[in-house]
Amino acid sequence: MSITSIKPTKGWKFVDFQELWHYRDLLYFLTIRGIKAKYAQSILGVGWAIIQPLATTIVFTIVFGRIAKVASDGVPYALFSYLAMWPWIYFSGTLTESSNSLVSNSSMITKVYFPRLVLPFSAVLSKLLDFILGFIVAVGFLIYYKVTPGISVMLLPLFVVQLLFTSLGLGLIFSAMAVQYRDVRYAMTFLVQLLMYGAPVVYSTSAVPEKFRYLFCLNPMVGVIEGIRSIFLDRPIPWDWIGPGSIVSLLIFMFGLLYFRRMERLFADVA
Amino acid sequence: MSEAVIKVRGLAKQYRIGSKDSANGTFLQSVGNLITAPFKNFRRLSDLSRFDRNEDSIYWALKDIDFDLEQGSVLGVIGRNGAGKSTLLKILSRITEPTRGEIQIRGQVASLLEVGTGFHPELTGRENVYMNGTILGMRRREIDKKFDEIIDFSGIEKFIDTPVKFYSSGMKVRLGFAVAANLDPDVLVVDEVLAVGDIQFQQKCMGKMGEVVSKQGRTILFVSHNISAIKSLCTKGLLLESGEMKYFGDINEAVTNYFKSNQTSEGEFVPGRLSGDERVIVEGVTLENQFGVKTETFQIGDDLRVTLRLEALDDFENPNIGIVIKSNAGAVTVANTMIDGCVARSFKKGVNIVQCTFKRIPLLPKEYGLSVAIRGNDARTPLTSSKDIGYFAVVTKMKDLGIVGPDAELLAADSISPFIPYSWKFSDGQVHDFNILDRVRHRDQVKLIKN
Repeated sequence: MSITSIKPTKGWKFVDFQELWHYRDLLYFLTIRGIKAKYAQSILGVGWAIIQPLATTIVFTIVFGRIAKVASDGVPYALFSYLAMWPWIYFSGTLTESSNSLVSNSSMITKVYFPRLVLPFSAVLSKLLDFILGFIVAVGFLIYYKVTPGISVMLLPLFVVQLLFTSLGLGLIFSAMAVQYRDVRYAMTFLVQLLMYGAPVVYSTSAVPEKFRYLFCLNPMVGVIEGIRSIFLDRPIPWDWIGPGSIVSLLIFMFGLLYFRRMERLFADVA
Repeated sequence: MSEAVIKVRGLAKQYRIGSKDSANGTFLQSVGNLITAPFKNFRRLSDLSRFDRNEDSIYWALKDIDFDLEQGSVLGVIGRNGAGKSTLLKILSRITEPTRGEIQIRGQVASLLEVGTGFHPELTGRENVYMNGTILGMRRREIDKKFDEIIDFSGIEKFIDTPVKFYSSGMKVRLGFAVAANLDPDVLVVDEVLAVGDIQFQQKCMGKMGEVVSKQGRTILFVSHNISAIKSLCTKGLLLESGEMKYFGDINEAVTNYFKSNQTSEGEFVPGRLSGDERVIVEGVTLENQFGVKTETFQIGDDLRVTLRLEALDDFENPNIGIVIKSNAGAVTVANTMIDGCVARSFKKGVNIVQCTFKRIPLLPKEYGLSVAIRGNDARTPLTSSKDIGYFAVVTKMKDLGIVGPDAELLAADSISPFIPYSWKFSDGQVHDFNILDRVRHRDQVKLIKN
């Protein structure tokens, strides 16, 4: 018979994978709940997952492509910006959602014990459906513009993993912070808007001045966007733009896990 | 003697309570405060998780709790509001960590501090059963296996594929309890969840609890204000008083100690403040018989005079007053100014006296609890929290009532007599008599005459 020992803990601790594995069904149902609850009682339902990036792309194409004439490396601007908008909307959506995941479920946290990690995890997973639908739209764009991606498109999962690590890592940090400081919630809404201009969503990396380049590519989202663009447009993959961000995303994820676990013991008391 | 399933050693839990803000004196000061507020807020919010600064805002919710609980015992945790009962359960169910001390639990623990945790209004009953079940630590396969049983117990199979937002609150509670009732842990931690739903469902839950209790090997911790329920379910009692363990052992002893702690002498109780937001505080309760003798033991047919000494923190116009006599099966009878049409005298700020005499109580020999509920004149705004404030026993022998033989006694013990004539008496000497039977009879006669 298993013995549970309850005593005060201190300092950093790592993830209890065994326990997390036991609660995998909870993660599954929370993810399903996230998907169903989001689109319940709406006419278009998951259609919104397509409309949002599509509409933004159209607006950006008019504003940045036609009026401001932002360079898009010889690719039709709509295709150029959609390939960035698609991962970006996933990133900003999951970041907001996972940051709020603990606060909005505080009634659960204060009533039942379960590994709290499943909350931000499920927030990130339930958004994956939108991301998959976005992929279908991306394929539609490729067909419309008669662009054939190269064999390197097989590397897509690699960039998706980097995207997941980045959003989850930041989500873990912000969700743990938001329990104690509700400011995070307000900051998050405009922070994701500002962050977008730090990544090559509306412009091309060729517009970035050489001296800021190293600073710029520390942003993991630069790598995700550049990677996805290059594999879909069948261009050489700019590893030098991607590499630094990959390392940063891994560090963010690891730190996120540790920080979350460190703060976890306070959740029920301050939520 | 079986070995200890739960070992608690030197358990203590510290909380930080908000420290007082300095009041604004002048306009300049308040502008200044506005500017420094973010810094102060930061300090205050960070302090929520630190204990090294400012000793006087620290509060010990639990202090040095030690006990061993053997397998199969059912422990009732009792104490007033703020005594630390819920904190103890939260630590046992690993929701929050203790500040000091250690607990060792053998086997799987399930805690039930709320019914229907994780329910989402947009999901169907079926989906919510899985949601709630997995939150409580069940695996999907386990729920699959018990699904029919759960639906059966909830009694809402017709609506199982309807979104929960269309459920009545009672239906939600049923479904939630049905999931919880089918948990199968070694140790079960239960908070006052039984205080919800209608009487019928409450009894069903109590029945299920009794069933769970009687199952071999299960260890249960149970917190409730319903002392009669605790007495009928539990074998052991733990009495907490402002975070300290006052008694641990036999349940009857624990209950007696609990009542003694807010009792000054026979027939007198001093419940005091039961929760922070009360605006009328039940300062004292006196029970007397028809001879004016203060007592807790009555004969069947005695008058039961309940005198409430109420401290109002404000003036309250014509409040609604209700007194409930309860047995372990639930409410037995009520005196309620809203139902009987008695306009209670307005409360003046300070001490007010209200008296209610239940006449010739036809109550069967058993133990009864008393609770008081006072609401504003809209009959909604609660002015007191309705909790048990005293208890008494009817001690007449069954055989003196003509009830003989074990079967007859058992049957009689379950029957209740819901209507007792009573009369109110207020500080100004005003008396209001009420007998619901008269009113019903009178109405029928009026109908007869009209026809």
